[in-house]
Amino acid sequence: MQEDTAAGIVRGGETLKAHRDRILKATRDSGHYAGLTHCELRETQPIHYNKLFSRLRAGVVDARETAKKIAASPIVEQEGELCFSLYNAAGDCILTSTGIIIHVGTMGAAIKYMIENGWEEDPGVAAGDVFCNNDCLTGNVHPCDIHTIVPIFWEGELIGWVGGVTHVIDTGAVGPGSMTTGQVQRFGDGYQITCRKIGTNDKLHRDWLHESQRMVRTTRYWMLDERTRLAGCHMIRKQVEEIIADEGIDAYWAFAYEAIEHGRTGLQNRLRAMTIPGRYRQVGFVDVPYSHEDVRVPSDFAKVDSIMHTPSEIEIRRDGSWRLDFEGSSRWGWHTYNAHQVTFTSGIWVMMTQTLIPTELINDGAAYGTEFRLPKGTWMNPDDRRVAFAYAWHFLVSSWTSLWRGLSRAYFGRGFLEEVNAGNANTSNWLQGGGFNQYDEIHAVNSFESAAEGVGAMALRDGLNHAAAIWNPEGDMGDMEIWELAEPLIYLGRKVKTNSGGYGKYRGGCGYETLRMVWNAKDWTMFFMGNGHMVSDWGLMGGYPSAAGYRFAAHDTQLKQAIADGAELPLGGDRDPDQTAWDALLPDSARIKRDKQAITTEEMFSDYDLYLNYLRGGPGFGDPLERAPQAVADDVNGDYLLARFADSAYGVVLACDNDGHYTVNTAATERRREQIRQERLDRAQPTRDWMAGERDKILAKQGAEDHVKQMFASSFRLGPRFYEQFKTFWSLPEDWTLTEEELDRPSYGAHYAMDISELPDVHPVILVEE
Amino acid sequence: MAYTRQKISELVDGTIDDETLHTMLSSPKDTERFELYIDVLQERMPWDDRIILPYGPSLFCVQKSDTRQWVIRCRCGHDFCDQSDNWKLHALIHVRDTPELMEELYPGLMAPSSNWQVLREYFCPQCATLHDVEAPTPWYPVIHDFEPDIEAFYRDWLGLEVPERA
Repeated sequence: MQEDTAAGIVRGGETLKAHRDRILKATRDSGHYAGLTHCELRETQPIHYNKLFSRLRAGVVDARETAKKIAASPIVEQEGELCFSLYNAAGDCILTSTGIIIHVGTMGAAIKYMIENGWEEDPGVAAGDVFCNNDCLTGNVHPCDIHTIVPIFWEGELIGWVGGVTHVIDTGAVGPGSMTTGQVQRFGDGYQITCRKIGTNDKLHRDWLHESQRMVRTTRYWMLDERTRLAGCHMIRKQVEEIIADEGIDAYWAFAYEAIEHGRTGLQNRLRAMTIPGRYRQVGFVDVPYSHEDVRVPSDFAKVDSIMHTPSEIEIRRDGSWRLDFEGSSRWGWHTYNAHQVTFTSGIWVMMTQTLIPTELINDGAAYGTEFRLPKGTWMNPDDRRVAFAYAWHFLVSSWTSLWRGLSRAYFGRGFLEEVNAGNANTSNWLQGGGFNQYDEIHAVNSFESAAEGVGAMALRDGLNHAAAIWNPEGDMGDMEIWELAEPLIYLGRKVKTNSGGYGKYRGGCGYETLRMVWNAKDWTMFFMGNGHMVSDWGLMGGYPSAAGYRFAAHDTQLKQAIADGAELPLGGDRDPDQTAWDALLPDSARIKRDKQAITTEEMFSDYDLYLNYLRGGPGFGDPLERAPQAVADDVNGDYLLARFADSAYGVVLACDNDGHYTVNTAATERRREQIRQERLDRAQPTRDWMAGERDKILAKQGAEDHVKQMFASSFRLGPRFYEQFKTFWSLPEDWTLTEEELDRPSYGAHYAMDISELPDVHPVILVEE
Repeated sequence: MAYTRQKISELVDGTIDDETLHTMLSSPKDTERFELYIDVLQERMPWDDRIILPYGPSLFCVQKSDTRQWVIRCRCGHDFCDQSDNWKLHALIHVRDTPELMEELYPGLMAPSSNWQVLREYFCPQCATLHDVEAPTPWYPVIHDFEPDIEAFYRDWLGLEVPERA
């Protein structure tokens, strides 16, 4: 590795490593980014500073919007699954475009990895170079997010970097699709590239093009998405060069560091302006039901049901700083739902841009203004290099929803009711699969309809229906016509998912559902990917969680004949899954999958087979008995609520006229609500009485099945404080224990692990407290 | 910018107009909000004790005028416990831990599986208001979800006198 004293490529002659070390030390010593206790440019020339900010921000957004049009992949072109970020020489983000801004941190982590591992010396970093990274062990979310990274030089010296990322539709994992389920280790997770130099002089290397395109199923999308990223990076590089020519390198250089200190202080100011100092505790879960016969994985030790678990404590201090501690989180697992520490922390900023930092200044300042503690070995900071990450989002979104609840308690307390959000929907189902498509090409699909889930309720109105997803604030459901071009799947229905939003004084937004019929596909497979046994959100201040997921698929449907005969077909939505209306339209010989198994692996589908894509709703806010009765009638009339739950969930008595229109019986509703209040008192018990009974069950190790016990056991082992708090809460004897070994199931990975730091000449970048 | 008492009242009632709501969301936060908000809430309560901090639509940290103790109180006037304690431990609880209980609220296929997840409903013992729903696994401890540093909030962040505390 290059000596720190050697002449380096960074402006002023430092090596990349010496430069980053100096920035980090100055930050540590002063408490201000890069030691900037005083921001000369911003304080003395605020107009100049803001001009630089505006031009650069416009540049990265313009690059994103332009590059989006180059893409062929509907994930990028329709859903906007791309993002561009500008970095300073140390690899810290200065500015980010709109889009999938979780990558504000992930591409920076790749640049820092190159800095810390001597890329300056070998393979070298020069003007015109192009690097590619999608390695999850350096901080990427999952292999399908491909980074293109280009250094920026001015007069022969490196002054920064630009990165572009797109979510590609396939990376050659065990199964087709970008977020697959069949593999249980990295070695089936898809093609992974570690900060590889793939081009020089602004031209991609031929060996890279030949190798990379044959590593994935969807070659055309792969190649065009790469041009999308490269074009955007080059647009931004050109913009930076023009700005430096206009404004001077000294001003640009100052801006590249002051903007990050600005981001850091901005977060602290917003915390003081919007929250309340104190401690906030919450928890998130998601189910991983792998014992089912339709989950086909290669390893027996992965064939178990498990629960991913993330308790969290937010501490907001008197000085406006804050710390997020995830003590008690469960261990990583043999599935594709693990996440790198950078993914977990960086993704939190996506959420914060929708509440705490809703500005255009999205950069690494927020990360420097936050202390994260992610215990080593947990699912979001694995200690093993074999882990798979392809669908890290399964628990990322599910764990973050709990943080909404914590922050919303602060907003509610201060009276900022407009900021309160009960949580975000579990983003699913993800319709994925592949085979030969309608154009007779090897193909893979990942329907990004899921970019439009139901939104959690506010403290003053219902959540939006089928509107957004936490990970891409600008996502939408896409046009059916485009999806039908991209996928050999005809739409037989697309409608609101009735009863999917959580109940409350203000209900969660409902999701929606689409019924797809396979058509003109060959050797086709699909699978389901979502939550089924558990809901990830909880509802807030008396609101209920949204509904959980399920799957519906049908094979051997004989719909070809039914269409020819003009018979009634399954159309629209699966309005009340308990009524199984579609099933009655199919022949007895049809094979129907209708159950809670919302995660499966590749399943063979033929033309005229059916697949239901149910996108989830958001959680509710406040006691449902306080919901305006007319709003409940409107929900039933609008098909957001099944009529039978108007009574049991809301205590609203409705009358139905001959046209099927529901109206409120006000007097009966008042009586019914009074009756429900009495029923609540009659069947509830004092919490401490219930606790005594629950404690007895825990002492006897009863009342929880093995997947629940395994979750606790893995959390106890990695989180000693969580273990002690559990024992204290339940007043358990000091010697009470629960270990994975005492359960009748394999516990591979519980004791033996090896991470990349043990590989020769590898220096991982650690950005959190472990 | 500051908002009128009427607008804050509409915010609490959920009747605020879209334009003002959008302004609230997109502008820097108004420093007067907390005092105005407390004032609007206070006049709606059936009791006179001072609201120190709202915990939910019908749940408050309140200073008892006679003893100066800070307590967690329901809108109906029921006091759960001292502010430092977890009010849920002093509530009534109903646990939905069977498919039948889940299906009172959700279609069967859209309900959480009760051997994975239960719903715990916390009610006021006096008026039966539902103040919180937890959705954890069996065995999960009751979450003490909110421990605000009220003294620092009043004194250091808002520049207000900290209400007397017994």
